[in-house]
Amino acid sequence: MVELLRFREDEPVADPAVTVDAFSDQSNASAVRLEPGDDARDLLPFLDQLRLVEINFPSFGDGRGYSAARILREAGFDGELRAVGDVLVDQLSHMRRCGFDSFAPEKPFSPADAQAALSRWPQVYQATGDGRRPIWALRHDAQSNG
Amino acid sequence: MYRYDHYDQAMVDSRVEEFRDQTRRRLEGKLSEDQFKPLRLQNGLYLQLHAYMLRVAIPYGTLSGAQMHALADIAGKYDRGYGHFTTRQNIQYNWIKLEEAPDLLADLARVEMHAIQTSGNCIRNISSDQYAGAIADEIIDPRPYAELLRQWSSFHPEFLALPRKFKIAVIASQTDRAAMKLHDIGIRMVRNDAGEIGAAFYVGGGMGRTPMIAPCIREFVPVDQLITYSEACLRVYNRYGRRDNKYKARIKILVHELGREEYTRQVEEEFAHLLTQGIEPPLAELERIATFFADPPFETGLADDAVRSDPGFALWLDRNTLPHKQPGYAIAVISLKPVGGIPGDASVEQMHLMADLAMRYSFDECRVTHAQNIVLPHVRKADLFAIWQQLEAAGLGAANLDTVEDIIACPGLDYCSLANARSIPVAQKISRRFADTGKTAELGELKLKISGCINACGHHHAGHIGILGVDRKGTENYQLLLGGSEGDDTSLGKITGPGFDEDGIVDAVERATDVYLARRREGERFLDTYRRVGIDAFKEAIYG
Amino acid sequence: MKILTGNDLKSGAVTWWTGYDWSIHVEDAVDVGDEADAIAAREEGARRVNAPYAIDAERDANGGVRPAHIKDRIRALGPTVRPDLTLKPADPEAGNWVI
Repeated sequence: MVELLRFREDEPVADPAVTVDAFSDQSNASAVRLEPGDDARDLLPFLDQLRLVEINFPSFGDGRGYSAARILREAGFDGELRAVGDVLVDQLSHMRRCGFDSFAPEKPFSPADAQAALSRWPQVYQATGDGRRPIWALRHDAQSNG
Repeated sequence: MYRYDHYDQAMVDSRVEEFRDQTRRRLEGKLSEDQFKPLRLQNGLYLQLHAYMLRVAIPYGTLSGAQMHALADIAGKYDRGYGHFTTRQNIQYNWIKLEEAPDLLADLARVEMHAIQTSGNCIRNISSDQYAGAIADEIIDPRPYAELLRQWSSFHPEFLALPRKFKIAVIASQTDRAAMKLHDIGIRMVRNDAGEIGAAFYVGGGMGRTPMIAPCIREFVPVDQLITYSEACLRVYNRYGRRDNKYKARIKILVHELGREEYTRQVEEEFAHLLTQGIEPPLAELERIATFFADPPFETGLADDAVRSDPGFALWLDRNTLPHKQPGYAIAVISLKPVGGIPGDASVEQMHLMADLAMRYSFDECRVTHAQNIVLPHVRKADLFAIWQQLEAAGLGAANLDTVEDIIACPGLDYCSLANARSIPVAQKISRRFADTGKTAELGELKLKISGCINACGHHHAGHIGILGVDRKGTENYQLLLGGSEGDDTSLGKITGPGFDEDGIVDAVERATDVYLARRREGERFLDTYRRVGIDAFKEAIYG
Repeated sequence: MKILTGNDLKSGAVTWWTGYDWSIHVEDAVDVGDEADAIAAREEGARRVNAPYAIDAERDANGGVRPAHIKDRIRALGPTVRPDLTLKPADPEAGNWVI
């Protein structure tokens, strides 16, 4: 079973992630943990020093963390973005699209299920900044290339 | 109408395989019901009162003949020989087996259909004007914009776990036939002074237990920023919509609590940021989509009238057809409201017939209306009589569009696990009462809408006459509302007073209509008279 | 009496706990006393039922079982507006039992 699924080459950060409140007092931390009610934009001035942002999903149905992830990536954060908590295998591909590149689910995934979920979608409809070219772009590439 | 290319088809096919895999894991016990529920809901599968219920998306209500045939086949193969057309222009099947649902979705995918996001806390099927592309009063066909939004909202990874469900309607006419201002986002395509097309955004409307009319937050969003602006509206909602109380989680509450100005400010700020992110499809994509909605090859020089020799046909012609933008053609509405029938239900045979009529007489197209009827949008007037004869023979010839018999009703406690009271028997009794007394025609336009609970799927707030079923100490009880409207003059109905039992509510409705007949002035509809004389005259007659 | 009901996981059919199995006929339902939660947890765990819950009911003079709330009586019979699809299509009085 998979306890930490990671799509990065660099070494994982060893330091524990601190809360946003603790982070504002102790500004040398390199890992921080966002709760659903935290504003991801509060971290934007500190992105250069952060190597890991954990985004917590206390319940899989609370989707605020998806927006938090995209906001960080849109601001240029290129450190590790880890989904933690009640992260379910069927959410994996959507979380990847929002910019998450590691996953520490409370209940470990079966590797086969994780693989199936991640390879599910041949294409995507939206541009989300994850580098995948959306279908609308592919359509018009194809047209201009004849 | 829109046709899938290999990309669209691959997405829908992948979804079927995803759901097949999820269903297998559920049946094997790898997924609990709590984990499976949001997954099945986002594929339209509910657990209802008697069985699983599947809601199939009909994007902006538009169907080809082949698709209508396929819906009929599904009703026969997987259900008990009928389907129910809904107030969101979709169709529901009431008796679906979980183990067969993936095969059903595969059958749908073969005709470019799906059940994606027809339930759950996500962006739902996008609704539109049922007369789009056929009616003279539109400034442009709204459906290309709806299709662009459909693709953007399908599997949008950021917006699959919203605080609550999210409904979008797109219209492009001054006449609102889609209850646009009662949606989470209502979009009206408009033309500015320079003649450019853009979108007016109305955000934060809705029915349910706290009905609200959406305020306009921006009068003109350029078409090449439509998706970006929508994304900004959704992101602010996803981040700040309430999640502590399911009944306060819709965007209408956020807009109400923040105030229109503050919500708008936040959207504009997010919009300015998102404009830098390159998320908007190019105009070429909108143009590609729009080519699918070009006018069909209308004939010119056709006679512009129909022979009215049969009185039954003449009645149907007057009541159920509308002027078409093209001379010689008409818009024909098939009423799914036979007197004493179940509003919105159609049998396998009826669906096949409607599919055949669409193929033969309406350029292979039909529409589902939010009032639970079916439209043949492009019919030669010369063919209307033949169409009517076939409808009559199939029990589909009711000439009662927009009358007191044309009742919107949710499935109610006969089918729905959320309902507090039955809706359908009330609708049946009311339509029988007015058909028997012969007052239907005299009453003219009268929109009557029935919901079996506060969730308001039957749009009771927006009925000229609304009925809300409640549970009073274990027995069904019905409250009467007057004065709602969902058109350009959107208003919310007011409760008249204490509720009634099933027969009592039918009497109360009749007494309200008697007040109208006694007090109306020349040219006034029920709603107009109500607005002029006020609720007290009606209360007096009802409770006396 | 307290009876236990739910839906069959695969078919979705409304079912009632008979003491050793699930039946689509409410008259087969037995009084579960205070065992409802334990039976529900065990049966749901074994995937023999979905979303089970206990309700109040009473036994009538003919030995039938009548759920206390109209919602469960409609579940037990079927949609009142489609007698042909209920469990008692030939019984013209079945609809009255619901009310």
